[in-house]
Amino acid sequence: MKNKAAKEATEDEVQEILKGFPSGKGATIPLLQKVQAENGYISAEAVREVADFLELPESEVYGIATFYSEFKLIKPGRHHIKICMGTSCYLGGGKELLDHLSRELEILPGRTTEDGEFSLETVACLGCCSKSPVMSVDGRIFGGVSLSSADNILAHLD
Amino acid sequence: MKIASDSQRFALFREEAKSAWLELIQGNRPLICTGMSTCGMSAEAANSKKAMEEELREKGIDARSMNVGCLGLCYAEPLVYIKIPGKPMICYGNITPEIAPNFINEVFATGKTSTTSATFTTYAVSAASSRSGSSSEFLRERCLGTLDLPEMEKMDSLEDPALPSIWEHPMIKPQIRIALRNCGIIDPECVEHYIARGGYTALEKALGMPPEKVIEEVKASGLRGRGGAGFPTGMKWEFCRRSPGNEKYLICNADEGDPGAFMDRSILEGDPHAVIEGMLIAAHAMGSTEGFIYCRAEYPLALKRLDIALQQARDLGLLGENILGTGMNFDVSIKDGAGAFVCGEETALMASIEGRRGMPRARPPFPANAGLWGKPTNINNVETLSNLSSIINQGGNWYSKFGIGRSRGTKTLSLAGSVRRAGLIEVPLGMTLREVIYGIGGGIPGDKACKAILTGGPSGGCLPAEFLDLPVDYESLMEKGSIMGSGSMIVVDEDTCIVDTARFFLSFTQSESCGKCTPCRIGTRQMLSALEKICQGRGETTDIARLEKLANTVRSGSLCGLGAGAPNPVLTTLKYFRREYDAHILEKRCPSMVCKDLIRYYIDEQKCHGCGLCKDSCPVGAISGEKKAAHVIDGNACIKCGACLDACPDKFKAVAKGAAQCVY
Ligand SMILES: Cc1cc2nc3c(=O)[nH]c(=O)nc-3n(C[C@H](O)[C@H](O)[C@H](O)COP(=O)(O)O)c2cc1C
Ligand code: SF4
Ligand code: SF4
Ligand code: FES
Ligand code: FES
Repeated sequence: MKNKAAKEATEDEVQEILKGFPSGKGATIPLLQKVQAENGYISAEAVREVADFLELPESEVYGIATFYSEFKLIKPGRHHIKICMGTSCYLGGGKELLDHLSRELEILPGRTTEDGEFSLETVACLGCCSKSPVMSVDGRIFGGVSLSSADNILAHLD
Repeated sequence: MKIASDSQRFALFREEAKSAWLELIQGNRPLICTGMSTCGMSAEAANSKKAMEEELREKGIDARSMNVGCLGLCYAEPLVYIKIPGKPMICYGNITPEIAPNFINEVFATGKTSTTSATFTTYAVSAASSRSGSSSEFLRERCLGTLDLPEMEKMDSLEDPALPSIWEHPMIKPQIRIALRNCGIIDPECVEHYIARGGYTALEKALGMPPEKVIEEVKASGLRGRGGAGFPTGMKWEFCRRSPGNEKYLICNADEGDPGAFMDRSILEGDPHAVIEGMLIAAHAMGSTEGFIYCRAEYPLALKRLDIALQQARDLGLLGENILGTGMNFDVSIKDGAGAFVCGEETALMASIEGRRGMPRARPPFPANAGLWGKPTNINNVETLSNLSSIINQGGNWYSKFGIGRSRGTKTLSLAGSVRRAGLIEVPLGMTLREVIYGIGGGIPGDKACKAILTGGPSGGCLPAEFLDLPVDYESLMEKGSIMGSGSMIVVDEDTCIVDTARFFLSFTQSESCGKCTPCRIGTRQMLSALEKICQGRGETTDIARLEKLANTVRSGSLCGLGAGAPNPVLTTLKYFRREYDAHILEKRCPSMVCKDLIRYYIDEQKCHGCGLCKDSCPVGAISGEKKAAHVIDGNACIKCGACLDACPDKFKAVAKGAAQCVY
């Protein structure tokens, strides 16, 4: 999935995803989830394609994509970092962790580094609150992360 | 006769599952169980497992390996249980990948004297110190107790003195595990394990009962919704049952939006069939034919295990058409939530399933009358549903024996924050906060003072330590201005700033407000900015009254529970921690040294040995000083990241936080 993330979504690819998807009731969110799983994010083009496919106004699909924090409208990096900002992690040093990585990577949360290597994002609880602060990198979850162990984790990604 | 054949086939399956389970847990091959839920994984359980398996292979030991869900002892993750034939199953904690090979070595060390001779548990260290050191120190330090199950042959541990049982462990002993009965015991991806331990017997029993009788039983249990609102479950079912229409939907709410709660995740990851069986019982009671599980996308492992469990249930004829030959039809599909707290609210959740923006709507009409796609719908929380099979099997009266007042039964709590034994627990309602935090949780690390307890998440409250003897039940918490919510409990000590905590909660609710109603949309923003001002030392005395007024407007003028609950953290902290607000506003001082604008970092020249570690750690080069000479921080350059404080060796402790010279 993470390699796909770097791929640009072309019109054809979106069409490919849409093919064979039931356009029944309640399909918008699962469809956007599918597009995101395949392409790593929802491009403006994808919004248009999905709207066409479901015969909905583009603005409605866009409204849905922006309402839910899961949907990313900018292209994520090759490595995707999520820092937990749930209560337990916030109180347990998550904010310091976020500030630190934001400084190290020179990007604000929600952004991707210029070289496309890393993107940084916050998440409201990953469900391991007893292990705060928690972060996930490319879907792998790490608990009890210190500033130096975070550097270490990032340094050892391939 | 179809009916007989279907249930007979299932009975046969159960018998086979039972003997396979017994053979697994007390057969003639060693068994290694690893706690593999998300919390275990975050402690690298997967790597521990790999390392153990490699070691076993190398030693030529033929052992079986099994994944279990979460036993709730998060603080001791990764957890590993080992069963050697002829001996009791023993639970060990903190088996990290680094020590895993050595651990296997110790456990399987040959010799006449018992290999698993861990005589003491970590919690009985004091007793241990008085013992002679014949048994392996290594194992002794990590042993948490024997994990005996009722279905296991009673096996005296050959140790002297006998190993204590894990059920006697101070974190587990006070618990009553009903919703969590299988969590951490069975392999959640093996339906056979669930069935061997009595799974789906309640379904069979319920299917033999008229739906009204099932509802009666649930009413008698006194079970109330565990998702937050605490509405009596049986009554809600009755509304839905009586609501006209043939098409009725049942939704399991697995959105778990409170950022600090993880009970639903643990149940879904540790015992997904308990939720499915609960849904089947509910579906029978209400006459529903289609179910949904709305699960947040941040829980990939829960989603995966649910998916497996649903497929297993279908393969066994427990979902689909003509369930167990009784003519009942019911199936369940999963809907991935897309990350919006408000979607845990039932009307927003339904809007989300319908594919729209998840915005709440006014009730009535209630979901029981017009829910999903306008059809009668019942929504229940994961934990609510997991209790049902025990209620049906053992009776509503049995369940209602636990609890206090109008809060019957048990409640799972996710205990986190500043507490020694953090984890997932299930206690009878009415246990006091003190018993939970100091008994089960072992108190505050470093023997700091407990300052407050946050219950109910962002819609809940902040209770001061003086309420430690308050019983944990719906009414008592509400009376003090907090709520039970989904059961998250976060303990904070003297190092946490209460005003900043209120600000944090408000920043959460403000950003999660769906924006539909003005008091919630604008009011949370205004409250947040007032709190930010106070935290920055720009607060004025009039801000307190303004906050109170805003809080009351937002509470009463909001459509859904998000807005209505958002002021709770503000109101409770204003009520119980007014002095901290005053310190911020009048003295421009943060007593806990948290609010960045009110503190400064400095180096105590008496203590500084000039090692230079702080200097190396500073991201902005704000520290200067020659080797072996005292260092100084340039307050104007410092961004207050705290790295130097962490970097300064404990033996020097030269970096400190102090009150900032007030600039306002
Ligand atoms: C803002 C908001 C968020 C909620 N989040 C959840 C949630 O994450 N999980 C849940 O089960 N209930 C949540 N609820 C409560 C549900 O609306 C509903 O009462 C509950 O799912 C009903 O199930 P129960 O009766 O079994 O508790 C939330 C309510 C509000 C107002
Ligand atoms: S109270 Fe807030 S979250 Fe709830 S409907 Fe109104 S604006 Fe939306
Ligand atoms: S708090 Fe951070 S910025 Fe300030 S001196 Fe220490 S390391 Fe440097
Ligand atoms: S608060 Fe971070 S995992 Fe829950
Ligand atoms: S042990 Fe599972 S919640 Fe942590």
